[in-house]
Amino acid sequence: MSVASVETPVWVHRTPVKRLMLWAGWLGCVALFVWCWERMTQRTIWAFVWDAPNAAADIGSRAFPPRWSYMERLWAPLWDTINIATLGTLLGIMMAVPLAFLAASNTTPSRLILRPIALFAIVATRSINSLIWALLLVSILGPGILAGILAIALRSIGFIGKLLYEAIEETDIRQVEAISATGASQGQILTYGIVPQVLPSFYGISVFRWDINIRESAILGLVGAGGIGAQLNSSLNMLAWPQVMLIILVILGTVIISEWVSAKVRHAII
Amino acid sequence: MLRIEGLKKTYKTGDKALSDVSFEVPQGQVVGLIGPSGAGKSTLIRCINRLVEPTSGNVLLNDLNLPALRTAELRRARRRIGMIFQEYALVERLTVMENVLSGRLGYVGFWRSFMRRYPDTDIANAFRLLDRVGLMAHADKRADALSGGQRQRVGIARALAQDPELLLIDEPTASLDPKTSRQIMRLIVEICRERGLPAIINIHDVVLAQQFSDRIIGLQAGRVVFDGPPAGLTEDVLTRIYGEEDWTAMRNGAAEDAEAEAEDKAQAEKMLRAL
Repeated sequence: MSVASVETPVWVHRTPVKRLMLWAGWLGCVALFVWCWERMTQRTIWAFVWDAPNAAADIGSRAFPPRWSYMERLWAPLWDTINIATLGTLLGIMMAVPLAFLAASNTTPSRLILRPIALFAIVATRSINSLIWALLLVSILGPGILAGILAIALRSIGFIGKLLYEAIEETDIRQVEAISATGASQGQILTYGIVPQVLPSFYGISVFRWDINIRESAILGLVGAGGIGAQLNSSLNMLAWPQVMLIILVILGTVIISEWVSAKVRHAII
Repeated sequence: MLRIEGLKKTYKTGDKALSDVSFEVPQGQVVGLIGPSGAGKSTLIRCINRLVEPTSGNVLLNDLNLPALRTAELRRARRRIGMIFQEYALVERLTVMENVLSGRLGYVGFWRSFMRRYPDTDIANAFRLLDRVGLMAHADKRADALSGGQRQRVGIARALAQDPELLLIDEPTASLDPKTSRQIMRLIVEICRERGLPAIINIHDVVLAQQFSDRIIGLQAGRVVFDGPPAGLTEDVLTRIYGEEDWTAMRNGAAEDAEAEAEDKAQAEKMLRAL
């Protein structure tokens, strides 16, 4: 008896109702897009848009060549920027690590009280952009590097805390069990059973965040929180396009270097 | 000596893993715990050192009733109960030596263990144990660089570093090939003999259990359905533990294995003599 001679059951990937709903869903998306496009074009002043290539070419021609001699005024703010990013990341790590252990469901000492608080702190710090943190802190602490460092640190807490507590929750329970079975104390279970398992992710996360922070600290100066952004702001205000060009190039170079460093470090760990 | 009295475990889901298990393990006896998957073998040995909390019953290790202990007392009691795991459960990113020394965690303070400054006697003993399990050359390798058999040897050394009064062994050979399985079982049994250690070995492989244990306990649906010498494992008994199956075929397979092993040995001796 062959398989073909038996009544083969019919198999369909989706039922007709599901197919119809899927189709309606796609139709809705397309309709929404068309409507949004209509609204957007209604409020666009097309004269500006048609003129855009000219305007861009105009600014471009004014920006070239970059004013290289301005570089001597940039070294100090560039150094500030790197320091803001590095110190901010370190400070963020110091606050994020305990929070991550409080937030991870397998290491938290109190599931009902401390864990929700830690999770809230992580979400809250993460949902506010570092530029907004900087705005707030400049008005509290006054302008300067300190406001920048704290802004970067606060924004980093949420990022590092979240990724780290997820790494802690994914640790292999058997290794933890084996350490508990030797009669180890809570602290020893943490340092022998869990820390070795999360250490590679911890280094990876920290370096990644440092790399992001270099980029973020470059614009903090726009709101007075120190670093190269202040020069960018004043150059923009004075319409000194060759200086703006140089600053953008310097930021680009720094970001490329930091990206290279973080890629190297992460590669070395894994 | 270990005495288990009326041990029961019901999981939160309502699953009855153990119902009324009682037996005694005298000094130096190696007990093979067999039974189908889900019979409660793993739960039973985990209830002894309370990685799983028993619902009721007594577990007396040298007159100390383990289920009644509070956290700090339990930690002190766990120091003397060595455990060996199915998938080795080594801390993969630490070195072999650190893994063996982790058997001493219950005896040293937090900072000493954190800074890896173990007492000299502990380190000397760890080296002796590594030598005993044949891993002297691998002390500074990371645990995840070793093969399965070598990792299980580290697991054995870690358990012995605790200076245990009892060994709990959970499926020590489940992730190993047949030859390595036999070597590991032989090593465990030899060590138990040397030290007069009682051990409970939870094991799937009936042939291995028969070959290496002094006594077999058969568990079925959370109850002891057989307790006796390995020779007492007749077809009837195996059917009572596992259900209907062709047991003679398994026996024959085991006999062939043993024959092949003997042949290998003879071959090796012949080659040695030829040298």
